[in-house]
Amino acid sequence: MYLATTDAVATAAKRGRTRRPRTRGRVTGPVLALGAVSLVTDISSEMVAAVLPLYFVLGLGLSPLAFGFLDGLYNGATAVVRLLGGYAADRGGRHKLVAGSGYLLSALSRLGLLLAGGATAGIGAAIAADRLGKGVRTAPRDALISLSSPPDGLGRAFGVHRAMDTTGALLGPLAAFALLWITADAYDAVFVVSFCFGLFGVLLLVAFVPGRAALPGVGPSAGTSAASAARARALPRPRPRKALTLLRVPAFRRVCAAAALLGAATVGDAFLYLLLQRRLDFAESYFPLLPLGTAAVYLLLAVPAGRLADRVGRRVPFVAGHGALLVAYLLLLLPTGGRPLLVGVLLALGVFYAATDGVLMALATPCLPADRRASGMAVLQTGQALSRLVAAAGFGAAWTLWGIGAALTCAVLALTVAVAGAAALLRPTEGRPVAAGETPQEQPAPTTPPEGTA
Amino acid sequence: MTLTLPEASTRLRVVAVVAAAALLAGVAITYTVRAVHRAEPIASDSEFALDRGHLYFRSTQEGAGRVARVPTSSTTATTHRTPNGPSCERFYAAGGTGLCLLRRPGIPPKSYAVVLDKNLREKRRVALTGIPNRARVSASGRMLSWTMFATGDSYAGGSSSFSTRTSILDTRTGYLIKNMEEIPLTVDGRRYHSPDVNYWGVTFARDDNRFYATVSTKGRTYLVEGDMRKWSARALRKNVECPSLSPDNTRIAFKKRVRDGTKNPWRLYVLDLRTMREHPLADPRSVDDQAAWLDDDTLAYALPGREGRKQDIWTARADGTGHPNLRVPGGSSPAAVR
Repeated sequence: MYLATTDAVATAAKRGRTRRPRTRGRVTGPVLALGAVSLVTDISSEMVAAVLPLYFVLGLGLSPLAFGFLDGLYNGATAVVRLLGGYAADRGGRHKLVAGSGYLLSALSRLGLLLAGGATAGIGAAIAADRLGKGVRTAPRDALISLSSPPDGLGRAFGVHRAMDTTGALLGPLAAFALLWITADAYDAVFVVSFCFGLFGVLLLVAFVPGRAALPGVGPSAGTSAASAARARALPRPRPRKALTLLRVPAFRRVCAAAALLGAATVGDAFLYLLLQRRLDFAESYFPLLPLGTAAVYLLLAVPAGRLADRVGRRVPFVAGHGALLVAYLLLLLPTGGRPLLVGVLLALGVFYAATDGVLMALATPCLPADRRASGMAVLQTGQALSRLVAAAGFGAAWTLWGIGAALTCAVLALTVAVAGAAALLRPTEGRPVAAGETPQEQPAPTTPPEGTA
Repeated sequence: MTLTLPEASTRLRVVAVVAAAALLAGVAITYTVRAVHRAEPIASDSEFALDRGHLYFRSTQEGAGRVARVPTSSTTATTHRTPNGPSCERFYAAGGTGLCLLRRPGIPPKSYAVVLDKNLREKRRVALTGIPNRARVSASGRMLSWTMFATGDSYAGGSSSFSTRTSILDTRTGYLIKNMEEIPLTVDGRRYHSPDVNYWGVTFARDDNRFYATVSTKGRTYLVEGDMRKWSARALRKNVECPSLSPDNTRIAFKKRVRDGTKNPWRLYVLDLRTMREHPLADPRSVDDQAAWLDDDTLAYALPGREGRKQDIWTARADGTGHPNLRVPGGSSPAAVR
């Protein structure tokens, strides 16, 4: 049956299976390499993110208003850049090149911060370059992870990557604060060290992440013969507008719809932390550490959640993870207080991320042909991000109009409906649970989208 | 990009990356060590006390990050300053009480409001979150207020908006209001409810009960008049930020938003509380500061510095006449002790 599909990963896995009987339980070198790249890059970027407001307001004596403006300015633009990044990566299988450019641009933006001195325009340009780099690299990177992993180990592969990524995000602010501590607020030292980490990430990517020659089914590929290379070049190239035509693939459309639906009921961590802050009474200086608690739970559970997803089907943890988010909302709505509330909400948020973030990519992978995977992931991630933006705005408005109790009740109802809707939408995407060692029951993806779109 | 590298042997790639890592680590460590060497030690003991007839400020030049002072009587920019007061990010003093907002490094960095006595020695310390922004002490030295900026946390999913937390401390009773945003507020004669209210820039009247502040909600700012005993506030006027009550309690200096956006948005104005008429100061530049009254006729405020200095303190006449005058090059947080 695999002959009926050109899903490269499936083909590769089948090829691999003749050599080694079990692929699950193994994380491939490229995934570990990408995990290491993300770890190092996240140290670099979170270092800067943690100190940038301080640098702007206290280090430079500039107006907080201007910082808020600069910081929010490019958030919308990243959605478009992400789609372009996915498209560019799919063209000829240049995932490594596109992702690498994104990582390099973000690394160089640290030097921009250093050179900008106190100039607001320079700092704005550096922030823009960083966001651009992040937008460009995300979809190609996730596509690379999926292309480098066996289909029955996708959940685990994404889990490992996300755990490594989150480790970097945890270490970055700690490193930055430690640097500020020993240097008595030398922000330039933070930028230089961040640049070194960023550049190291790029070097790791160049050295250890495979280029298109090693990727199955995306470029002049596995065969490495001149003939297959020529054939690959002769294939019609995807066009950017066509990224959206992927939505005509029913299975992918259902995943996108479910992600967008759930995204539209996700009010945003910032609100949840704000609510915790209002409900709890402990040393205020520790509030900035709340997200670290969530990140710690996330990084511990990302791999187990991914493995579970591989075993019981990816829709289960994805939908259940949103159930954990529902628990967090309910805890904030109930009169529980003190430590149980704090631990409960952080735990639930951590479970939510562990069970949904990487798992969603694993869920979408089988619906996307290898040569359109980066575009497809970009569409999915953009859709989810936009619906979350809408949800945050809506929740903010509801809070203002009706008060916090009513707004949270609305969020609980919306999320309940969304979880039910997503469970129904995703039902046909994956078949019955896959038993250990058995061939996964995921739908083979079509080579091209249905008629009229190829 | 180097798509040819995969053909290089694994051993070669590992060696190359390890060498590059060593080089980058060398750069990072060298730069950090240099930064450690040029760091100035944090000192909290002051080499002078709060004495009448001095203008206190936070120095950004000699003894950067610490409070310094010049005599109020000399009005030229070249007056020699006395450096080495307490280390503060924001400072104010009146009636024998000093208020110092400071940050201490750590994981995460911590902020404190420190109450100082007449000898600028620590009396009380309150732990805070956020970035120090405004500090005020009532004329008697009894009532203290400060404002911190809270930033959207980077982990929290890109919420980048700033919010403020304003606290009020009664040093006589020791009563501390950590966040004044729950104060019952009346706007246009009606009780106002909205979760997005943010207060900043409190200034106290001579009776240590009445106060003025800015409240911001739904994109608008209002001047509010508050009452400590009744614990209530009412909005008086739109588009007033960082009010500062004159020593004779008849006028309020404030920053008024004169342009949308982030480019030069503010200008300093003075509002007469009896006639409710306002007029601009002679300085047309955009001032982002809570102005301080040196006496009933003169206002001091910080502006971005000239000639590579971080900030400078300027003065201008409260009646809107004359010209702005550079008073302290390399300083911020002016406070005249009378």
